[in-house]
Amino acid sequence: MSATASELREPLVDGDKSYRDVTADVCRIAEGTPAPLWYGGLAVSATALGVGAVLVVHQVWTGIGAWGLNKTVGWSWDITNFVFWVGIGHAGTLISAILFLFRQRWRTSINRSAEAMTLFAVMCAGIFPLIHMGRPWLAYWVMPYPNPMGPLWVNFRSPLLWDVFAISTYFTISAVFWYFGLVPDLATMRDRATGLRKRVLSAASLGWDGSHRTWQHYETVYLLLAGLATPLVFSVHTIVSFDFATSVIPGWHTTIFPPYFVCGAIFSGFAMVLTLMLVARKAVRLENYITLRHVDAMCKVILLTSMIVGLAYGTELFTSWYSANPYEQFAFLNRMRGPYKAYYWTMVFCNVVVPQLFWSQRVRRTVPAVFVMSLLVNVGMWMERFVIITTSLHRDYLPSSWILYHPTYVEVGTFVGSFGLFFTMFFLFCRFLPMVAISEVKGVLDYGRH
Amino acid sequence: MAGIRLLVGGWDRPEAALGAARAARAAGFKVHDAYTPFPVHGMDEALGLGPSWLGKACLAFALLGLTGALSFEFWVSVFDWPMNVGGKPFDASPALIPVAFELTVLAAGLGTVATFLVFRGLSPVRLPEVSGQGVTDDRFVLAFALGGKDDARLKAFLGEHGARDVRELEAGR
Repeated sequence: MSATASELREPLVDGDKSYRDVTADVCRIAEGTPAPLWYGGLAVSATALGVGAVLVVHQVWTGIGAWGLNKTVGWSWDITNFVFWVGIGHAGTLISAILFLFRQRWRTSINRSAEAMTLFAVMCAGIFPLIHMGRPWLAYWVMPYPNPMGPLWVNFRSPLLWDVFAISTYFTISAVFWYFGLVPDLATMRDRATGLRKRVLSAASLGWDGSHRTWQHYETVYLLLAGLATPLVFSVHTIVSFDFATSVIPGWHTTIFPPYFVCGAIFSGFAMVLTLMLVARKAVRLENYITLRHVDAMCKVILLTSMIVGLAYGTELFTSWYSANPYEQFAFLNRMRGPYKAYYWTMVFCNVVVPQLFWSQRVRRTVPAVFVMSLLVNVGMWMERFVIITTSLHRDYLPSSWILYHPTYVEVGTFVGSFGLFFTMFFLFCRFLPMVAISEVKGVLDYGRH
Repeated sequence: MAGIRLLVGGWDRPEAALGAARAARAAGFKVHDAYTPFPVHGMDEALGLGPSWLGKACLAFALLGLTGALSFEFWVSVFDWPMNVGGKPFDASPALIPVAFELTVLAAGLGTVATFLVFRGLSPVRLPEVSGQGVTDDRFVLAFALGGKDDARLKAFLGEHGARDVRELEAGR
């Protein structure tokens, strides 16, 4: 294996690593003592999680009146956060499943942590509809189960019920896909461990021994799961957008919503992957695996999806004008010029203007610039969901019911708490599990080498 | 497979193990299995394995999920609990598609993985057939079943092909 790179293809992993180096570099993170930075990060996120937990208990105890919602604005921060977090999750599935089907082999360095991010983001998303129910201990009522209340079932024609099935299926399949990919790497860690750690890893790795007869079927199942997860990821945000699109509220009742939501989801998800990866590659010294070429490729995806999202904004405006429907036209003018105009223009700035800088390769390969821009994209995408949900509701058909919405500290704190949950889970994942797909990286190690 | 006596030999490069597997098959030896850190492409043919049949299992589970979900939704919405929502038809089939799609994917995904685990015997209590040979790290190992008349020839064969750490072991120990 020579260090000379091919003239046509750049290697996917830097540093002329051997198979043994890959094992050692990845397992080292989970085996050694974490850096002080890790403890600091975990402490901050666990504190945020604690704040969120206290506020969730408070609002379940006192009721949803603890929120700033009112008779006109029945959905706001809660559903904004729900859509925001579900969207974040989509990049993980895109990287693990869709890029796999497209044979984009650079994905191997980042797919494991992106899939973990998906799981944690969907957990955060699930919390919001759950607490919005007011009586979360009755949440199982949304599932069709045999019950003694007469013939009584859920309404299968309701988009909110479709959402229940979409999100729970998405979480289950993502978790299975993620764990399935982990099994060979857990076996690698098992073979390096001793004592209790070895016993736990032995059970978790399901007796994996790298047998080719198993590998052969494993690869087939992996391909099938990728094939199943691909339509799933499109269906999930499509169904989330149906929650709005099937209603008659101006600004919601549009057929553009499914593709617009899916693209926005991938856009925001890639930004979150970049935010996490840029920190993680420094913090645990994985720069040889998550290289600037990976950052570059992800920025290109952000640039593309940014332009699709921008096109969707323009199309929405055009359609509302061309529809000659005064309510529809008002809804969009109200977004741009009404009391929430700051949110609208922040959204346009962050989602359409800022990513244009990614046309320059220098920007795409400058880590601090990419980091700041990835944060801005996340801010912009949160604003987008807020604009769609709240501005459409606060001024609908009846001017007598027009009202403004302001969040209470409970809503803000719960949102902070969801970030706490997300980062706490991510820190624990980095500490205890292989962050990079060891067996997959070994499989592409020779790529671009002579 | 526990209890079988195996002769194992390892290589540092996937191509070397692949070449040895092909040569072994050409020389008339039956390779019990190959143990590798990642799937080595071409090993299927070298070991004489046919294509995986799990795709068919996946299709079967998908069809099961689809028909099960559609018939259950239809039975609930039309027969057992017809709910009048603004006079809309009870059997509004497009409205039944999203849940049916999700349950198709769920059944196909879980069913395929479960079939794989059962078929390959993977479970938390399973012991690896071959362990301690570096096969989850950087070693590409071929294993041959011992106990036939070819044992001596087999050892010579592994030596000729540059196998390292050639040894006998019992599968699952």
